[in-house]
Amino acid sequence: MPTVAPLDLDGHCVAVAWLNDIPHFALADGTVHRLDNGHKSVEAHDGLLAAAPALDGAALITGGEDGKIVAVSSSGNVETLAEIGRKWVSCVAAGPRGAVAFGSGRTAYVRLPDGTMKEFQHPRSVEGVAFAPKGMRIGVARYNGATLHFPAAEGKPAELEWAGAHMGITFSPDGNFLVTAMQENALHGWKLADGKHMRMSGYPAKVKSMSWSAKGRWLASSGAPAAIVWPFLTKDGPIGKAPQELGTRGDAMVTSVAFHTTDEILAVGYADGMVLAARVADAKEVLLRRPGKSAVTSMAWDGKGARLAFGTEAGDCGVIDIAG
Amino acid sequence: MPEAQTQIPVTVLTGYLGSGKTTLLNRILSEDHGKRYAVIVNEFGEIGIDNDLIVESDEEIYEMNNGCICCTVRGDLIRTVEGLMRRPGRFDAILVETTGLADPAPVAQTFFMDDDVRSKTKLDAVVALVDAKHLPLRLKDSKEAEDQIAFADVVVLNKTDLVSEEELRDVEAAVRAINPAAKIHKTERSGVPLAEVLDRGAFDLARAIDNDPHFLDAHDHDHDHVCGPDCDHDHHHHHDHDHHHHGEASPIHDVSVQSISLRGGEMDPKKFFPWLEKTTQMDGPNILRLKGIIALKDDPDRYVVQGVHMILEGDHQRAWKDGEAHESRLVFIGRDLDTERLKRTFEACQAA
Repeated sequence: MPTVAPLDLDGHCVAVAWLNDIPHFALADGTVHRLDNGHKSVEAHDGLLAAAPALDGAALITGGEDGKIVAVSSSGNVETLAEIGRKWVSCVAAGPRGAVAFGSGRTAYVRLPDGTMKEFQHPRSVEGVAFAPKGMRIGVARYNGATLHFPAAEGKPAELEWAGAHMGITFSPDGNFLVTAMQENALHGWKLADGKHMRMSGYPAKVKSMSWSAKGRWLASSGAPAAIVWPFLTKDGPIGKAPQELGTRGDAMVTSVAFHTTDEILAVGYADGMVLAARVADAKEVLLRRPGKSAVTSMAWDGKGARLAFGTEAGDCGVIDIAG
Repeated sequence: MPEAQTQIPVTVLTGYLGSGKTTLLNRILSEDHGKRYAVIVNEFGEIGIDNDLIVESDEEIYEMNNGCICCTVRGDLIRTVEGLMRRPGRFDAILVETTGLADPAPVAQTFFMDDDVRSKTKLDAVVALVDAKHLPLRLKDSKEAEDQIAFADVVVLNKTDLVSEEELRDVEAAVRAINPAAKIHKTERSGVPLAEVLDRGAFDLARAIDNDPHFLDAHDHDHDHVCGPDCDHDHHHHHDHDHHHHGEASPIHDVSVQSISLRGGEMDPKKFFPWLEKTTQMDGPNILRLKGIIALKDDPDRYVVQGVHMILEGDHQRAWKDGEAHESRLVFIGRDLDTERLKRTFEACQAA
């Protein structure tokens, strides 16, 4: 039986992450909490807007209302990586060798591994940033499409156009596909080799959470009363294919999804705080947490896939031990 | 979904540069009115007050890919409001300041069209500041000044000390011609009582009418629509109407917004609702605002309705009082609306 170790925090949890096998919970008030032989916390910002774990799992990269980008280590050390003045840093991404990308207003910034800062101006707001899995390349979600930059090299960015507002962005683990979440309850994808479009629509709500399975064969998404899982098994991805639905419920929307570290098992978090795990192969479900006080905002599996950390809107967070 | 939490009221402040917006903002931020405001501004600029709850945001108009202008929202507000709402308890209400050139429709629509924003906030009122001295010029050189007035629930006609009584009368008539449903306050140096602009509940249908017993009464006289200044039909002036200001043809001739006030008796709900739906679908892009109180046949309650472009909200408000005439009144504010057709089709919805 799975067991839940609750961590009741006072505030909206923006992101959860495992750093050196220690669960971390980043709250909107700017504090980052961790369960490391007891509950500890540090203040990273006055107001935290976005967070992403560094690829080496040693630090959480956060952006705040204070215009700062900081790295919070698992020992509670807070290091300021960049400051852009009195502006909201609304999205962050962590890249290879300690590179960091973030967005504020109409500018995308990249801090390269050597500490050099690059700025990319856009005609419209930068809504989301993501690193490609290979090479030093970022994708920016923006109005009417996405832009790819190569921050370590000179040269023109590549533009991917699709009408509408693109808010979130993610590369497939093999780097062959780019997928954005749109303002209008849909995902849009591009096959990067030939620019072929993929329209993934039909969601009753905006997609706020996306997660790739370990080998990149599936992309799970929130925004419906079930987790919507798109197949990327073939070279054309989900073109012409229907998605799988996992964890369908009649009474609550899925608000967060997180694929297991190694297996094709999806953690599904709902608007009422319930969490369950569902297997792609046979859609079999296991309840991990009963409904709580508020919507699940973020989930993350530990390195072995034995524990799942979750955060919620009201702060009733915790860690689920799958084996119990 | 869990029950929606308490929705935070949002006041939208529009107005041209120089209309006195900053003065009003500074008053809202500094006067003791018992409420804490988070303020979303376009530029920190002249606001002399340092406050964590003042957020700068670049106006970002997002059209949906269906091309519908009624679905156009302000992306920057979605992001900022969501961010603010993750830390509730720091403020009681939100104030959105727009640039002088901003189109108020996407601002208002953001609070209806975006589910996340809508679940956490509610639009309280759109307040337009108007510079009495420069309004004639603004109406001449821009569509935005007109739109801002057309959209407003409250118009603060400011800098009245800079114009003569006659000029003020003309400017007021122009405002009234554009928007007969708005509440007008004449002020100097943005000196309007804050209670008149904050926490108005103008989009709260029941409250809007309770706060303003003269809601939609602006033309309680014998002709059934307010002629905009561009009206060229042969109408005679009514100088004997009651004290409510109404838009007699103003000498300011640069207005393209018209308002159409319809009135009728009890409506047949089977005809009225499909008609309203169809009308807003068809004319939505041209309808800036609509407001109405409807008497439905065999219904003991008044039905109130309002809309922004194609977005419609309606609800039963309260029981008709004894002796109160069961009348239906509906005001459209917009452009290129076919008055005759609207009047004819509206009247055809009356219960037999």
